[in-house]
Amino acid sequence: MAEHDIRNFSINFGPQHPAAHGVLRLVLELDGEVVDRVDPHIGLLHRGTEKFCEYKPYLQCIPYFDRLDYVAPMNQEHAFCLAVEKLVGVDIPKRAQLIRVLYSEIGRILSHLLNVTTQAMDVGALTPPLWGFEEREKLMGFYERASGSRLHANYFRFGGVRQDLPPDLINDIEAWCDPFLRIVDDLHNLVMENRIFKQRNVDIATITIEDCWRWGFSGPIVRSCGAAWDLRKAQPYECYEELDFDIPVGKNGDNYDRQLIRMEEMRQSVRIMRQCITKLRAPEGQGAVRSNDGKVAPPSRKEMKRSMEALIHHFKLFTEGFHVPAGEVYVPIEAPKGEFGVYLVADGTNKAHRCYIRAPGYAHLQAMDFLCKGHMLADVAGILGSIDIVFGEVDR
Amino acid sequence: MATDQNELADHIRASLGEAVLATDIAYGQLTVTAVPEEIVRVVTFLRDDPKCLFFCFTSICGADYPGREKRFDVVYQFLSPRLNQRIRVKVQVDDATPVPSLMEVYPAANWYERETYDLYGVLFSGHGDLRRILTDYGFEGHPLRKDFPLTGFVEVRYDNEQGRVVYEPVRLQQELRNFDFLSPWEGTDYVLPGDEKAKQ
Repeated sequence: MAEHDIRNFSINFGPQHPAAHGVLRLVLELDGEVVDRVDPHIGLLHRGTEKFCEYKPYLQCIPYFDRLDYVAPMNQEHAFCLAVEKLVGVDIPKRAQLIRVLYSEIGRILSHLLNVTTQAMDVGALTPPLWGFEEREKLMGFYERASGSRLHANYFRFGGVRQDLPPDLINDIEAWCDPFLRIVDDLHNLVMENRIFKQRNVDIATITIEDCWRWGFSGPIVRSCGAAWDLRKAQPYECYEELDFDIPVGKNGDNYDRQLIRMEEMRQSVRIMRQCITKLRAPEGQGAVRSNDGKVAPPSRKEMKRSMEALIHHFKLFTEGFHVPAGEVYVPIEAPKGEFGVYLVADGTNKAHRCYIRAPGYAHLQAMDFLCKGHMLADVAGILGSIDIVFGEVDR
Repeated sequence: MATDQNELADHIRASLGEAVLATDIAYGQLTVTAVPEEIVRVVTFLRDDPKCLFFCFTSICGADYPGREKRFDVVYQFLSPRLNQRIRVKVQVDDATPVPSLMEVYPAANWYERETYDLYGVLFSGHGDLRRILTDYGFEGHPLRKDFPLTGFVEVRYDNEQGRVVYEPVRLQQELRNFDFLSPWEGTDYVLPGDEKAKQ
């Protein structure tokens, strides 16, 4: 051995690679087949969302949030709306809260379905994504029927949502719930019980809860390490307090536990959706879907044609936008991937002074070196899949 | 929760003394303004003190206030899962003086400090790997500064002859529209430009 010059081998993983879940360049340093160092190069999808938010009236910023974590768009809008609403101090009608929660949970299922099934693809199975995408397609249909677009919904508004759900849409969402639970069971049997899937994921990238906190992890990764930490329970926002659901908790903190938790969270999301639907039909869930504060939420079309004041409000809101009192808030929500937060600094004008977006994937991805060290090259794709990266939110 | 935060603020002020310049509670959120040189001591205290236990890292970001002498804020956010509390620590710096890095306290500070450096040009001492992260390789300037134009300075295109992507000064087909939104909602309290002539 001594005569040979043994040195580590560097390879580039990406920027275009099917297992990179987007545009990620990983510079891997390998010792044989064992990973020695991982240096992720990100920013290939950087679009300057935060800069744009400083130059647009608040209302025009919402669509940018769809494009962050584009597999669960409405969850991002939710965080931004909550941040602005906190600064302005506007009340959200009950029905709007229920619709928001309903659609946030649809977003959670959208995200988890994509992640669990593509994780199976990353470790070698081709069928699960097809099963997952079929259900995603139906959910995107619900997005479209509420907001007019399948993906970039732009549906949430300050003080509520854009428009009410048609009654048959609520019926259709309810009718979707039961068959979907059967599909989750099928997926469980197909993917989670699969011998190869287990061999590729059990005891890979095991982390402790202390490491989770130090690395700023959140969401399913923290829960896979045994901490029952979920912002929907710990720091409830919207109407999560009134809803009944459980937080699944893992034991081992490995790839497999993370995926098991995502599977169980989908079932819990369906449970939340059912409760929202019941409440939407109850008398308490009737009424407006937007705040009636004319300084923040635009009037209805009908009102705008008849009332001078409503016309003025309409004109002001869609030209200048509303002014947000000076102040700063950090508002986190439990997005499918973890804690998604918006740190908003308002200076009293109609545009934000600073809008920092705290994306869960950013913290998760930077730990790639920590997670992959000592694992085999083939596990890199599996680990990357299990921390659930979407480049829209990492690169912003 | 509000009384908890008041107690917490008092406790932090009493324990850290000179290192804390101010504490403030707004919208139910606690903000601590600290001395930049002392940031490592402040954050280590917040992490380890049994009454604080802010051991979960959340984020670091910058903010630009061009009117100030020390124009940048570096904003640190931490979470205490034990107390179910959040805290925000702010320090004010200019673009020449480095802030001590938090890499030793939280490994997660790595990318967040790189990002703050990349977007604002705030320097961190003791970081060891302060490369750009979000912008392009070889990018010039710090795009989130208020004096950096929204359109940037260069645009890229693929050049067929050279067979590679080339950078060119940005050319806009239409001037960037920047509207004046100063008019108030409830009638003016100032004289609109031109109105003073009407009175003569």
